[in-house]
Amino acid sequence: MSTQDIVLDREGLAEVPVIEPGHTLASVTEKISDIVLVRPLSIGWVAGFLACASLVGVLGVAVGYLFYKGTGIWGINIPVGWGFAIVNFVWWIGIGHAGTLISAILHLLRQSWRNSINRFAEAMTLFAVMCAGVFPLIHVGRPWLAYWLFPIPNTMGVWPQFRSPLLWDVFAVSTYATISAVFWYTGLIPDLATLRDRATTPIPRFIYGALALGWRGEARHWHRYESAYLLLAGLSTPLVLSVHTVVSFDFAISIMPGWHTTVFPPYFVAGAIYSGFAMVLILAIPVRAVYNLKDMITERHLENAAKVMLATGLIVAYGYILEIYMAWYSGPKSIDWFTVHNRFFGPYAGPYWALWICNIIIPQVLWIKSVRRSPFLLFLISLVVLAGMWLERFVIVILSLHRDFVPSSWGMYYPTKWDWATYFGTIGLFLMLIFLFVRVLPMISIFEIRMLLPEAEAKHK
Amino acid sequence: MTMDADNKKREDVCPGKKPAEATPLIQLQGARASAANGTPVPAPLDLATVRAELESTQGPEYWRSLEELAGSDEFRAMMHREFPKGSSEWLDSVSRRGFLQMMGASMALAGMTACTRQPLEQIVPYVKQPEDLVPGRPQYYASATMLGGYASPVLVESHMGRPTKIEGNPDHPASLGASDIFSQATVLEMYDPDRSQAPAYLGDVHSWKAFVEAIRIPMSGQKAVDGEGLRLLTPPISSPTLADQVRQLLQMYPKAKWHQYSPLHRDTVLAGSQMAFGQAVETQYKLENADVILSLDADFLSAGFPGSLRYTRDYASRRNPDGNMNRLYVVESVPSPTGVKAEHRLPLRASEIETFARGLAGTLGTGPSGVVSLSVEAGRYLEAVAADLEKHRGACVVIAGEHQPAVVHALAHAMNERLGNVGHTVVYTDPVYASPVDQTASLRELAQDLRAKKVDVLVVLGCNPVYDAPADLGLHDAIMDSGTTIHIHHGLYRDETAEICHWHVNSAHPLEAWSDGRAYDGSVCLVQPLIAPLYDGKSAHELLAALMGKSTITGYELVRAYWQGQSKSSDFETLWRKSVHDGFITGTQFAPKSVSLKAASFGSASNAAASDAAVEVNFRRDPCIYDGSFSNNGWMQELPKPMSKMTWDNPAWIGPAMATRLGLKSEDVVTLEVGGKKIDVPIWIQAGHPDNSITVFLGYGRRIAGRVGTGAGFNLYEVRTSDVSWTASGGKISKVGTTYKLATTQGYQTIETMTVNRPVMREGTLEEYKGNPKFAQEMTEAPERDFTLYPNVDYKDPNYNKLGYAWGMTIDMSSCVGCNACMIACHSENNIAVVGKEQVVHGRHMHWIRVDAYYQGNRDNPSAHFQPVPCMQCENAPCEQVCPVGATVHSTEGLNDMVYNRCIGTRYCSNNCPYKVRRFNFLLYQDWETPQFKMMRNPDVSIRSRGVMEKCTYCIQRITVARIDSEREDRAVRDGEIQTACQQACPAQAIVFGDQNNPESKVSKLKAQARNYGMLSELNTRPRTTYLAEIRNPNPELEMHMQHAERG
Repeated sequence: MSTQDIVLDREGLAEVPVIEPGHTLASVTEKISDIVLVRPLSIGWVAGFLACASLVGVLGVAVGYLFYKGTGIWGINIPVGWGFAIVNFVWWIGIGHAGTLISAILHLLRQSWRNSINRFAEAMTLFAVMCAGVFPLIHVGRPWLAYWLFPIPNTMGVWPQFRSPLLWDVFAVSTYATISAVFWYTGLIPDLATLRDRATTPIPRFIYGALALGWRGEARHWHRYESAYLLLAGLSTPLVLSVHTVVSFDFAISIMPGWHTTVFPPYFVAGAIYSGFAMVLILAIPVRAVYNLKDMITERHLENAAKVMLATGLIVAYGYILEIYMAWYSGPKSIDWFTVHNRFFGPYAGPYWALWICNIIIPQVLWIKSVRRSPFLLFLISLVVLAGMWLERFVIVILSLHRDFVPSSWGMYYPTKWDWATYFGTIGLFLMLIFLFVRVLPMISIFEIRMLLPEAEAKHK
Repeated sequence: MTMDADNKKREDVCPGKKPAEATPLIQLQGARASAANGTPVPAPLDLATVRAELESTQGPEYWRSLEELAGSDEFRAMMHREFPKGSSEWLDSVSRRGFLQMMGASMALAGMTACTRQPLEQIVPYVKQPEDLVPGRPQYYASATMLGGYASPVLVESHMGRPTKIEGNPDHPASLGASDIFSQATVLEMYDPDRSQAPAYLGDVHSWKAFVEAIRIPMSGQKAVDGEGLRLLTPPISSPTLADQVRQLLQMYPKAKWHQYSPLHRDTVLAGSQMAFGQAVETQYKLENADVILSLDADFLSAGFPGSLRYTRDYASRRNPDGNMNRLYVVESVPSPTGVKAEHRLPLRASEIETFARGLAGTLGTGPSGVVSLSVEAGRYLEAVAADLEKHRGACVVIAGEHQPAVVHALAHAMNERLGNVGHTVVYTDPVYASPVDQTASLRELAQDLRAKKVDVLVVLGCNPVYDAPADLGLHDAIMDSGTTIHIHHGLYRDETAEICHWHVNSAHPLEAWSDGRAYDGSVCLVQPLIAPLYDGKSAHELLAALMGKSTITGYELVRAYWQGQSKSSDFETLWRKSVHDGFITGTQFAPKSVSLKAASFGSASNAAASDAAVEVNFRRDPCIYDGSFSNNGWMQELPKPMSKMTWDNPAWIGPAMATRLGLKSEDVVTLEVGGKKIDVPIWIQAGHPDNSITVFLGYGRRIAGRVGTGAGFNLYEVRTSDVSWTASGGKISKVGTTYKLATTQGYQTIETMTVNRPVMREGTLEEYKGNPKFAQEMTEAPERDFTLYPNVDYKDPNYNKLGYAWGMTIDMSSCVGCNACMIACHSENNIAVVGKEQVVHGRHMHWIRVDAYYQGNRDNPSAHFQPVPCMQCENAPCEQVCPVGATVHSTEGLNDMVYNRCIGTRYCSNNCPYKVRRFNFLLYQDWETPQFKMMRNPDVSIRSRGVMEKCTYCIQRITVARIDSEREDRAVRDGEIQTACQQACPAQAIVFGDQNNPESKVSKLKAQARNYGMLSELNTRPRTTYLAEIRNPNPELEMHMQHAERG
């Protein structure tokens, strides 16, 4: 889908370079590693970190109270058995998709522009998956028994039921988290070695040294590294498609109107990439401004990300339209038509139409080149898209459940303060980890950027 | 129908009265033992204060308040003093569990330390196991519960000396095995931890002996003046023993007066029979003989109407469309389940019903002829009804409701006479009440005497007049200012009346005491105790005996002695044992009485002239908490009212037209002004409610009821005066501008709300049914059984299903009258938690079976339908497939089993259940601590913890018992041997359960019927619970008009 755009861009490389001219191998190394090793703590960073850490505190309180009282502190009920927890889970998992897509698929496709943003996107993936992973475990009624979801041999006769999509979820998400972490770490090794070598104090030198696993930059090392990285990229690639496909099965496998839809897998994957790129932009735009990395994360990157968003956003729109079409095709008296009608005009019509505005209508301005190159507008649009994708999951989970087959059991879902606290708490957790990440690890892959320099090109040739 | 003999071992001696070593009440005495260790010295903030604070909190907010209270410093300090060991628990966070443990103990302690002396009782295990008592197997004892003075014959299930469940007594014609919500709920009432636990003088706890001592002097003083200052106030009583005791008392104190009052009195019924026959008679109906039934505001299918269980059975027996179907006309002022079942329902204001009755009587040629003013629609209805009644002379019946004035009753008597129904569908007998009086007048006289300071000793026996007496009598002030030497209150609770009486004597619960009473047919039912009184309460018999100086005589001796005196048989012992065993004394039902209609003058239409503009205010008993006596009963508070599905509150009902006119919405608060008194109540718009009329329900707004009932709802007794018992004219309502949150379990829904091609509720007329019996099945198309890639499970394959049973259920919606008996039975049988108003608002009520109500058509007079919905036990269950931990699995007998221990609470099963019958413990809803509730629970059903999904199991515990029994006896389970709790309670026999693999079983035969359909079976769920479509038998003449009107 996005390949063509990228190819086109590649042709126009001279016009918009991947990194600004004037960098040498040494300057790249110095610039990126100095953020970690030299740059003093700024008040802004400390304030931001503490603000996010306090949100993590909120998360701790919310989860603690949840474990103490039970899921009844949330707004869920019968018929709406799933609320914010599942909405947020799907949202975070979706956000996590961009990282793997950028690192693995674009790597395989030899899209070298990704080198500036892949490290960062992978970290984001990992943190988003961590945030996502919180929810399935805490949302169960008896979280102390959540380990029963894993096939751990035991004497209790407890064994998972493999027909349940929730179990597939467990495997999909845990595999994804593992592969993402390994992939990320593997990619970090040469840079960790660089940090080790440049560190001036013993403690960082020791830590980076330990993490660098004895990397010396030998040709053999590079050879093995390249093979391992390529293999991991190959392993990760199907996961980009499979994880969200499996997550969509949570819904598609059920018989609820609004859930039981074959369009879900592709449209979930597209939606995931959509929100993932939005999150990449939301993080990249301030970071490149604050750490003066505009020469490495250039407008070209922003524009490419915007194009991916535009494309995946259209796939998502297609999914929405197809749902409506299918309902219409089922006939005016079908339960599917009722569900769509209820989305249009029911008690949650507000969130539904807000979803259309956020996800479909506003992002259409990305057709305009100047918008795609305006970091400020892109930042705003990305926020809107993230909100829209969150609303999409809200619509899918809550609107489908609140009115189903038997009218006597219809109900409403109103999130409580604990729902919000948990949600904002995971946002805090995510940002706190990002804050830590930019200070302790090279947020841009040093060696890969060096490969983008003309010197490197020349050597390759 | 009849229960297996092994299942129903009845004893003629009550277990509670066995020698102490035979039935040790271990739990109770355990509590006492721990109480003995507690320190009885009250601290500055003592338990009594805490209790008082707890009592002042609202029921539904109870737990929240407890926690708030627990957080206070004073409270923590107090707990330190009281529980030096356990108080460390408070140092970390406030653990609810720990807190409840404390409170459970301290509540018991507060009651116990109150006693001046700890009774010395020993806990002795069985040396020899009593005969018939097999641990783990319940025993059943026949007894009776009392409601409004009428006895309901019941069987009480007893587990090791603890009564746990009430069933109907299948041998008694008033029950035939069915039971109503009130009987069922008495179990919870008995174990209610808020019951009064000791006699009290001016609020301080004293002993029974102290009480006996205290009344000695006043009573002997009364002796000297022939009891001139002695007044006894009781509810109307049917107990022959109690009536005899009162007679003896009145002989001993000839000038004493006996007053009877119940806020739900049947004065108009009495006055009606006086008017028609010149004497008090009881009217019984034989609905099995009635082809046409006309109800004039009589809700005879609802619990609380004397004989409703039997009437429901008889009515339902004529609802089979393949048999001889009856036809029900209901003219009513307040929408009721009986109105829902009517083929033709005419909503009229209460005062217009009298006009209607006069008009109908005139048309039928009895009573006053003359022109009556009725609307065109009502006029047409009247003509059609008159013609239909005439057509079915001798096989029709006119039933007048107790809320209609005497003249309507007299007119009904006259019409029944005229139509030749007497002796066929109507039978007159002696009154059931031992001494029927005009209760309002009786209470008024008492109030006057109190004011005139003529009363020296007032004994209030088992009623709560300070709360429920008409407001204009000012009974509270009358008692306070009477200067009475001593007033004595006797009751289960320390209620509003107990608060202002000098002495309060805690009453023994009917499940704890001997008594007797008459059922609606006059037969004498014996009440036997199932357990020794939990709090040493005294029955009314014992209190009356004490008033006559016999304080040591027991209820058992009194009741037995009375019947011994009545017996003409030489072998009284055999008769007595048989009667106690059966639960009633054979041959005591009243013989039909022949009465002749007086040449009555029905007077002129009294309030027929009530102007259209004036708003009528109807006062009605609450369908669940009755007159307020069930207000501390969590089951009843949370039971959705049949029509509105409201819980925990009593909003005033108005009709849709009136709401539109006044710009009111449900939950808006209005000021209701009637008879010069005002009260603020929220509004509920009830479809089918007549215009210009407002209905309010009594029994709520209790000031002192207990932790559940106190403060719930609004006290409408405050605006009810003695001259308007049931209907006041000239009410005014004005909008206050605020709203009040109400907790319903189901919104207002019409059938049309549902997309039309998935009809969950299917109904048709008799004509449609005869034209196409399979109409209900043809409304949707269920997928073919073999339309699957996978092999189908064969439940008849002995390799798969060894015993060969395939359990199934049918629910006949033609029969179901929406009485909710199934819901309470299920609550009781399956240890279902009560969650409180706030949780109901959140949509988290826990009923395993619910009764959905759907409305259809014009909101001003819709037709409505009830649909009980338990778990469908789908063969292709959507819930099973999605559970990640295999906590809900299929049994070989086709049941969808729930494994609580394996459930981790993902709630996916509930999301994927198209019927939404699964219930989740979002919080810890079960009370794991209160010792009384531990005793109450069915030991065969696990108590669910928080975070666990639960749902209807088809009463798997009952299936298992029968399966084990049958295997031991090497036979198959007999059809009808297993009754689910809902089925057993159902008075209409709408629910049938059995083995659908057995072609001879009742359930198989019903499933083979043409009107059998599976709800949402088009989803290929293959439900084991199926429905028999509702068939109605409308009068073709009226049906045409109705349809015409609807289109218009």
